[in-house]
Amino acid sequence: MDLQAIRADFPILADERYVYFDNAATSQRPRQVLEAIDNFYRTTNANPLRGLYEWSIGATEAYEKARSRVARFLNAERDEEIIFTRNATESLNLVAYTWAMANVNEGDEIVISIMEHHSNILPWQMVAKKKGAVLKFLEYDEKFNFSDEELKKITDKTKLVAMTYVSNVLGVTNPVKKVAELAHKVGAVMVVDGAQSTPHKKVDVQDLDADFYAFSGHKMLGPMGIGALYGKRELLDAMPPFLTGGEMIETVTREGATYAELPHKFEAGTVNAGDAVGLAAAIDYLEDIGFDFIVNQENRLSKLCLEAMRDLPYITLYGPLETGRHSGIVTFNIEGCHPHDVSSVLDSEHICIRAGHHCAQPLLQYIGVNATARASMYFYNTDEEVERFVESLKKVRGWLGFE
Amino acid sequence: MDLKQIYREIVNEHNLHPEHKRDLANPTYVLQGVNPTCGDDVNIQVELDENGVITDASFSGAGCAVSQASSDIMIDQIIGKNKEEALQFIETFMEMVHGTASEEEIESLDEAAALSDVAHMPARAKCATLAWHTMEKILKGEE
Repeated sequence: MDLQAIRADFPILADERYVYFDNAATSQRPRQVLEAIDNFYRTTNANPLRGLYEWSIGATEAYEKARSRVARFLNAERDEEIIFTRNATESLNLVAYTWAMANVNEGDEIVISIMEHHSNILPWQMVAKKKGAVLKFLEYDEKFNFSDEELKKITDKTKLVAMTYVSNVLGVTNPVKKVAELAHKVGAVMVVDGAQSTPHKKVDVQDLDADFYAFSGHKMLGPMGIGALYGKRELLDAMPPFLTGGEMIETVTREGATYAELPHKFEAGTVNAGDAVGLAAAIDYLEDIGFDFIVNQENRLSKLCLEAMRDLPYITLYGPLETGRHSGIVTFNIEGCHPHDVSSVLDSEHICIRAGHHCAQPLLQYIGVNATARASMYFYNTDEEVERFVESLKKVRGWLGFE
Repeated sequence: MDLKQIYREIVNEHNLHPEHKRDLANPTYVLQGVNPTCGDDVNIQVELDENGVITDASFSGAGCAVSQASSDIMIDQIIGKNKEEALQFIETFMEMVHGTASEEEIESLDEAAALSDVAHMPARAKCATLAWHTMEKILKGEE
């Protein structure tokens, strides 16, 4: 695979003054995705699902084709198990407000991990508070694994287990398949936050046996504002709707309404067909590149980066020692320097990294730091960029007044 | 001024060797300010005499160099002022941040005027103004 040819697909990467290492926050988009969205609005646009004329039917077809594409990508059994949302956050909230509010009761337990992004914590805190349920956290050990002892927090009282597949801070991949099995043994449902895994690895929701799987399009080359929720059909069927209004009904009278079939029951209002088409193009692009290449390239870059940083005595690295467990995510601190200052100094050299709590404050409290810096790489990043980043890192302490 | 120059010429000295980072023995007021984008906090302590003059002030807490330096500079210049003068000083600083202060007003800010460039950086404005907002709350709440 020719890396320069791949980079040439990404218009924003043409400006080589910049090193973009904030891919865990959002990725860049190739022209194929931009063109697919542009083409939809230029040639196919009309309000999907309701119009009885050619353009509307075309828009509906484009939208439903995109759903099919997502279903095949995740290996869902049926297309209607894919609900389009704005992003992973909305997908997780959908499960919390519908399935969880209807099925979690006083004294029940919800189990999540300490590694979660706020979007996979706050919805469950809300449910626990409203329903009088207990929210429990699984803590990882010194090797970044969840011990069998720790997993015993999943008990007969557990109604729902939610876990991120890949941590957005540590980069580690969690054993969600094994946890799903434990959840199912006690009759709980398994919710997987796939925001950070879907861009980086082949996902098979049936193999994982996830009941719900949430992800965002914008972290995997797709546009912002489109994401999806996968849910097992029998669960989605039994759930009350999330948002109500247009497009999600069968009939409405003065007194009430009956709801549309799946997936439309969960897609109230005019849908985001243009971005769904963009997401389908992003999936095409990722599968053309192939996850073997993506994983190899990310692991190679992580290794190069981590090994260079390990030699610098003033740097603290977070996450596992094994460079193959990082999914392109390198989280660190520089002794004496606040990550915001580190990020600002790197920014003045056009190196884009993230600094702060990464929307994972309970995790940072568990690690014992207020904030960290994070460089996150994707398959289109290069060895030269890693070298430039490391060379700049070496000068940060000097710029911040240390000898 | 570019960012590295700001650090080298103003921020680093106050961050690495702050004059007013300590706890007061008998503070009249203590207030914590939090920057929600990063979770950093600054704890501002003030001692007022019976005439409403700030006889001493200090700060503590974890934060980036910009917020630490900004706290140190603010406190350095606010000690000795009475409440009205201090609030006027803070208002002028905020006007500088919002780009509505005249050159004369900016000059009156003395060393704090050096924070002008960093306060105009969208990513760092909150770091530069955290201590000032916190101090303003203390002094206004007292009125």
